[in-house]
Amino acid sequence: MPNATIDTIINFCYLLAAIFFIAGLKGLTHPRTAVRGNILGSIGMLIAVVATLWHHDIVDRRMIFAGMAIGAVIGVLLAVNIGMKLMPQLVAMFNGFGGIASVFVAGAEVARDTGDSRQIATQTLVAIVASGIIGGVTFWGSLVAIGKFSEWDFIERLKFPGGQILNAALGLVLLAPAIWCVNGAHPAVAYWLVVLVASILGVTMVMPIGGADMPVVVALLNSYSGLAAAATGFVLQNNMLIITGALVGASGLILTQIMCRAMNRTLANVLFSTFSEEGGSSRDDDGIYATTKSTSAEEVAMLLDTARRVVIVPGYGMAVAQAQHAVRDLSDLLESRGIKVDFGIHPVAGRMPGHMNVLLAEANVRYDQLVEMQDINPRMAQADMAIIIGANDVVNPLARTDPSSPIAGMPIIDVDKARTVVVIKRSLSPGFAGIANPLFAAENTLMLFGDGRQAVLDLVGAIEEG
Amino acid sequence: MEIVVTGLTIFALASFVGFEVITKIPATLHTPLMSGSNAISGIILTGAVIAAGSQDPSLAKTLGFIAVILATVNVVGGFIVTHRMLAMFHKRG
Repeated sequence: MPNATIDTIINFCYLLAAIFFIAGLKGLTHPRTAVRGNILGSIGMLIAVVATLWHHDIVDRRMIFAGMAIGAVIGVLLAVNIGMKLMPQLVAMFNGFGGIASVFVAGAEVARDTGDSRQIATQTLVAIVASGIIGGVTFWGSLVAIGKFSEWDFIERLKFPGGQILNAALGLVLLAPAIWCVNGAHPAVAYWLVVLVASILGVTMVMPIGGADMPVVVALLNSYSGLAAAATGFVLQNNMLIITGALVGASGLILTQIMCRAMNRTLANVLFSTFSEEGGSSRDDDGIYATTKSTSAEEVAMLLDTARRVVIVPGYGMAVAQAQHAVRDLSDLLESRGIKVDFGIHPVAGRMPGHMNVLLAEANVRYDQLVEMQDINPRMAQADMAIIIGANDVVNPLARTDPSSPIAGMPIIDVDKARTVVVIKRSLSPGFAGIANPLFAAENTLMLFGDGRQAVLDLVGAIEEG
Repeated sequence: MEIVVTGLTIFALASFVGFEVITKIPATLHTPLMSGSNAISGIILTGAVIAAGSQDPSLAKTLGFIAVILATVNVVGGFIVTHRMLAMFHKRG
């Protein structure tokens, strides 16, 4: 068959793949159709990759199959063996891999054209530079994010001088090799300089961002991984890469927007300013917490005897304590006694968008029990008890009452409107915002101190006995 | 230049499709959405395949080979882990 015919067939397959991707994403709009959606997406990918094998530039498929075999083994091992606890790290890593793959593909494009008379068009060079920048930032930013999720000490201790001035300076420095790459005689050298500076920028940009802001960063890096693919699509003049990159870019951007709105902060504010570091234990903590009441599992169990509606509000602490299975047991036990149990999920609870939902789904909590913030708040006043497990800032009433607070205006779950609030927590230490939480000292709040998992297990035991 | 304009047109339209579809995805599925869309962005694999299989200088081929490995990890791992997550949502739903 002539090359032109083959190219037409390949492009037709690419169109088919793009349709599968969009249909697949559409499937994700409901948990019932989501599994099918994901399968549609993978079929689209298979079509695209198999079609590409017949591309007229390909003369030798050995390297391709070897690379795919290695990648597939690594991918399967990672995806099958990793527990849900490490899901934020895995998602960040896959984001990073997408980014760095774009860097290498654009790099290969530069490498193939140096040394002979073939000139790369200016617009292609611009796209190559864009792939290098976005891909480099995505990869290194994702690596730092993994370090932050894993709470590696050296990541926490590393501090860069200059903060945002350093990032602005790096951004300017980046311009030099970028312009050189587009206009100069040695695009390959300039390209790898671009990648180098972009890599440093990826590290210095994500490094100062606090743990509670990580959902925004992960969503943004997700968007970047798509944009990197789209940029490479412009390099290779491949429309399917552009379509797919745009889809993923839009997806990540929407998530970023949702996360920002859930914190009442702008993206610029998340990226370029951090909560005051000295937070820790602020001056009047002791005063605020003077009226705090401590409780026991038995007392909570007694209160639950007369309860009809309970709302459980999980936070990152539940993930750390791996308490989701114990929480499910508690929920099942309460429901078996005729109590309606809902889970109130704040969009930024945890370390990535949807983090709490995944953990609770892992523990077999029904998804109709997982209620979003705006839907649970109107029902909060009817709740006999709100049980808070490892959440802090997302239930802090200061967000509503104190305009000078760092979390002022942030939408919160109104747990204080429930008749009784039980807070399961190790201590009175503040959350990531570093501010005290007057909820802990409220009249209707009882503190159940202890490890999240153990406290819930004790509670289950106490209910069964009583 | 015409190709660039065509590319930008496609990019803009695909972004709109993305926005329309993805705003309808419930918060419950946001993590699978991220891992799933990420697996899809592994489509860069097609570019890597061409680079790794071409008759270009060995540097370009080597870069392509590495990119094939990384993108395949992204694609295979991404789809499987998304499936695992979604299957959990499915179980008691």
